[in-house]
Amino acid sequence: MFSIIRTLWYVLLHMFQKRVTVQYPDEKPYLAPRYRGRIVLSRDPDGGERCVACYLCAVVCPVDCIALQATEDTTGRRYPEFFRINFSRCIFCGFCEDACPTYAIQLTPDFEMGEYHRPSLVYEKEDLLINGPGKYPGYNFWRVCGVQIGGKDKGQAENEGRPVDIHSLLP
Amino acid sequence: MTSPFPILSILGILVVTLTLAAGLIWLERRLLALWQDRYGPNRVGPFGLLQVLADMIKIFFKEDWIPPFADKAVFIGAPAVIVVTVLMSFAVLPIAPGIIVTDLNVGLLFVLAMSSLGVYSVVLAGWSSDNKYALLGGLRAAAQMLSYEVFMGLSLMGVVLLAGSFNLSAIVQAQQRLWFVVPQFLGFVLFLIAGIAETRRLPFDLPEAESELIAGFHSEYSGMKFGMFFVGEYLGVVLISSLITVLFFGGWLGPVLPPIVWFLVKVMFFICFFILLRAALPRPRFDQLMSWGWKVMLPLALANLLVTGAVALAWSK
Repeated sequence: MFSIIRTLWYVLLHMFQKRVTVQYPDEKPYLAPRYRGRIVLSRDPDGGERCVACYLCAVVCPVDCIALQATEDTTGRRYPEFFRINFSRCIFCGFCEDACPTYAIQLTPDFEMGEYHRPSLVYEKEDLLINGPGKYPGYNFWRVCGVQIGGKDKGQAENEGRPVDIHSLLP
Repeated sequence: MTSPFPILSILGILVVTLTLAAGLIWLERRLLALWQDRYGPNRVGPFGLLQVLADMIKIFFKEDWIPPFADKAVFIGAPAVIVVTVLMSFAVLPIAPGIIVTDLNVGLLFVLAMSSLGVYSVVLAGWSSDNKYALLGGLRAAAQMLSYEVFMGLSLMGVVLLAGSFNLSAIVQAQQRLWFVVPQFLGFVLFLIAGIAETRRLPFDLPEAESELIAGFHSEYSGMKFGMFFVGEYLGVVLISSLITVLFFGGWLGPVLPPIVWFLVKVMFFICFFILLRAALPRPRFDQLMSWGWKVMLPLALANLLVTGAVALAWSK
C-alpha cells in the first residue's frame, strides 16, 4: 500500500523534470562532425574533382549502392564519367569513406533527405559534388602523388625525389 | 431545487459532459506524456488542443466494420448502452445549486443502478463479438464490475447514514460544516477503488488488458463504435470524479469562488488523479483482483458501515 502511494508521488514528480523529447523540426539535434549522413564528393583546394575513379568504394560497399565509370581527361587525370549513389540502398556504414584513397567520398552530418519517390533517391555526380574540400581542407591528391599528369611531370610532386635513372649504375 | 429551465440544464450538462469527455482524450495524453518526461500532442492548435478535433474527424471517417460472425443487433447496440447509462447518471448529479436535471430523492440509488446496467454493455459487446479474447474480456468485466459494485454501494452507505438522505443535493448540503471525507475516510478510499474498477481504468483495466487480451471486449470494434466505448469510459471517469466530489468533498461548496467553479476544480483534480493512477500503477492479476475485492474490500466496507451506524446511533441518542 505504501509503495503504491510512493509510486504515485514519484511519477507526479516527473512533471517537473526535463523533457527528453527533442522537438525536431523546431529544434535540431546536435550531430557530431563525424556523424555518418548524406554522402558527398569533395573537390581539392584548386577546385578539381578529387575522385580518381579507383572503384574501391564501389567494391567495399556492402549493399552495392555505388556505381561509377572511370575515364581520363586530356591531361591524363582519371575521373569518374558518372558517379551514382542509390540512397534507397545505402546503409550509411561509411566503408566507402574509409576505402577512399583520395578523401574524395565523405559522409556528412546531414540526414534530411526524405523523398516521395524512390527514383529521386538515386543521386548523380552533380548532386553529390560539393564546392569544397570537406573534412580535409589542404589535401590535393594530384599534387602529392607520383603519377604523371599534364602540367606535372614525374618527380615534381610535393616531397617527391627525382625519378631514378634505371640506366645509371650509381646508387 | 430543480432548475427553472430544465431544457437548458439538460442541454448544458449534455454538451459540457460530452465536451469534457472528448477533451479528456487530449488531457490524458498530455498528462501521461508529462509524467513520462515527454510533451504529448502539442502540434495541432494552441497546446495541441485541436488534437481532440483531429481525433474526432479521424474516428468518424474510419471504416465502421461489423465482423460477419458477430451477432449484429447486439454488436451495434452494446456501445450505445454504456454511453446512455453513464449519461443517465449525470441527470441526478447536482453540479451547482439549481444546475441539475432532476433532483431525484433516491439519486444515489439511481446512480448505482445505472452503473450496474453499464455492465451489460461490456458483457454484451464481448459476447456478441464471437471472439475468444472479447469473450474473456467480457467475462472478466462481468465478474469485476459486479463484485466491485457490491462494496461500492456499501461504502456509500456511511455517507447516506451521516447525511440521512439518498438525495445527492441533500448530501452536499449536509457537508456545510465538514466534508464527509473526514468522518468517512475509509468509505472514501473504498469508493475510490471501486470507482476505478467500475470505470475499468488502469490499474483495473483487466477487461481490456491489451497485453493479454488484445483489447478485451472491444477487440472487434472499429470506427465510431469503438469511439463510443472510448467516450463511455471517459464519461465514466468524469462521473466517478463528480460522485467523489459530491459525496465526499462537499460538491459545489467552497469559499469565494462561485459554486460551479468549485465543483469543476474538484472534479478536475480527481480526473487528473485517475490519469496519474494510469501513469503509475501496473495491472494486478485477475485472481488477485477478485480476492482483493471479496476478501479485503467487502469486509472493510461492512466494518465501516457497522462502525458508522453505531456512531450515528450513539450520536442521535
